[in-house]
Amino acid sequence: MNEKDLRRVAAARDRIALVLTAATMFAYFGFILLVAWGKPLLGSLLAPGLSLGMLLGSLVIFLSWVFTGVYVYWANRHYDVHVDRIAGKSKSGGGT
Amino acid sequence: MNGVRTSLGETSGTAIAFFLLFISATLAITGWAARKTKTTSEFFAAGGNVSGLQNGFALAGDYMSAASFLGIAGLVATSGFDGLIYSVGWLVGWPVVTFLIAEPLRNLGKYTFADVVAYRLKKKPVRIASAIGGLTVISFYLIAQMVGAGNLIKMMFGLQYETALLIVGTVMLLYVLFGGMIATTWVQIVKAVLLLGGATLLAVLSLVPFGMNPLALFAKAAETYGPEVLAPGKLVSSPLEAVSLGLALMFGTAGLPHILMRFYTVPDAKAARASVFYATGFIGFFYLVTFILGFGASVHVGRAAITTVDKGGNMAALLLAEAVGGRPFLGFVSAVAFATILAVVAGLTLSGAAALAHDLWVGVIRHGKADEKEQLKVARVATIVLAVVAMGLGLLFKGQNVAFMVGLAFAVAASSNFPVLLLSITWRKFTTRGAVSAIVVGVVSALVLIWMSPTIQVDLLENPTAILSLKNPGIITVPLSFVVGIVVSLLFPEPEAEAKYAEVERRMHLGAEEREPVAAE
Repeated sequence: MNEKDLRRVAAARDRIALVLTAATMFAYFGFILLVAWGKPLLGSLLAPGLSLGMLLGSLVIFLSWVFTGVYVYWANRHYDVHVDRIAGKSKSGGGT
Repeated sequence: MNGVRTSLGETSGTAIAFFLLFISATLAITGWAARKTKTTSEFFAAGGNVSGLQNGFALAGDYMSAASFLGIAGLVATSGFDGLIYSVGWLVGWPVVTFLIAEPLRNLGKYTFADVVAYRLKKKPVRIASAIGGLTVISFYLIAQMVGAGNLIKMMFGLQYETALLIVGTVMLLYVLFGGMIATTWVQIVKAVLLLGGATLLAVLSLVPFGMNPLALFAKAAETYGPEVLAPGKLVSSPLEAVSLGLALMFGTAGLPHILMRFYTVPDAKAARASVFYATGFIGFFYLVTFILGFGASVHVGRAAITTVDKGGNMAALLLAEAVGGRPFLGFVSAVAFATILAVVAGLTLSGAAALAHDLWVGVIRHGKADEKEQLKVARVATIVLAVVAMGLGLLFKGQNVAFMVGLAFAVAASSNFPVLLLSITWRKFTTRGAVSAIVVGVVSALVLIWMSPTIQVDLLENPTAILSLKNPGIITVPLSFVVGIVVSLLFPEPEAEAKYAEVERRMHLGAEEREPVAAE
């Protein structure tokens, strides 16, 4: 019972971690491949002093931080609750 | 703007005053920390009493090196947009650390990342291999920092290279030897606050003439040096090269021993998680500010002046400080840059000492059985050894172009420490042989490929062509290390290690605290 619970929590964390890692990689490698392939495109100006490349680069930095924030929010709200519950259970049934 | 009139390199009263202030404040902290450092756990992990926010600052302090502060500002000042490519690359490693590494590491280990890998595998071979992976990364990182320190201090204060090395080596040794992780953590925090504050103030001052609007500053730079400063330039030549560099930067952070070690200083996984979130925010903010500084320098100081003082553009941020804030501000920013170097070197030395003392001496030579007194003594001896080695490496590589060594450190970290760490926490069937061969293959292949690359063959040895055209080995070595680790594990299964995975999984999520009361019942 306890083992199953743990497996479920572990799987949920793995899923979130994987999705967020993939999202970060997608954003970053997307940016860097655009740098390699789409130089003129990234050099196009959106406003005086702001090119598309600068906007996207700053966005990747900002998004990376937002992704870590999403993970921390999720883990504090959901993961910790289940982990605490399982840990509490296993303490009371520790003799088995 | 007119010619090169700078007091940079002259012995400046304000610089020395700020510098002495920093040294005396941090040595006072070290004295306080020394009284609190009585056990090995306090020496290597600050007793696990550092808060999430404090560790966030300390992680940022460990990571924001003078190379990223001065180097990226210089790159932006001399070539524009391309500096941002490095900034982004150096930042995206942090989410990876948050999602995959920080919490399992905190729950499974004690002082080094080898603790995690060795948890269910055969201790001795794994500790030896992990120590090799860790020490290789630390050595290259140290060489880059020490040589950079010598050159920078020479340029900033007019001190001799050797004198500069001696000062950095000695002060850093005092921090680590007496104050251990407690002092090192607080030195990092002080340095991070100074660096973030100093860089922000510098950015604000350079934006004042532009109505605090960064876009107006960038537009002015584009007007002066042409619109290409806002577009990608020569740094990334081919997509293959770009992805290869990207892999090393993205996964290298998660294999840097001095960064990984910091997760043991917080009380639990929740604090570890929070600390990476803070650190990512600080570092991301810092890189964006650095981008503004680079453009600020190209506008307020001028490219010609920047490259006359230093061909690589490394003095751009300091020249900007003098241009917008006068000599006292230059003194302040120089002292901050010096503090930055000191703090990074201290963090590296402590993590190297942990690999030598905890992994090799206690783990391998003493079979894990050494009393508290001996462990602490060995840790301090290892610290002295590493400080001497660091100064020796600085002397040995004097006058060499060592900028590529930071990239090399990331490449080795991404293709040895990171794969083994990840496989050991996520893959049930991982074995001792798999771990050892993945580390050895990762370290050796990264070193060999870099030796064959244009970075060494053409830039350093001045051969007409390189054996291999790839500058960054990551695209080959990172997958290679994973494949070797997986194939060797499947070929030679280790049922004992597989059987212990359930325990690893439990502890990874529930933490160590939960087990002790169970055992006591």
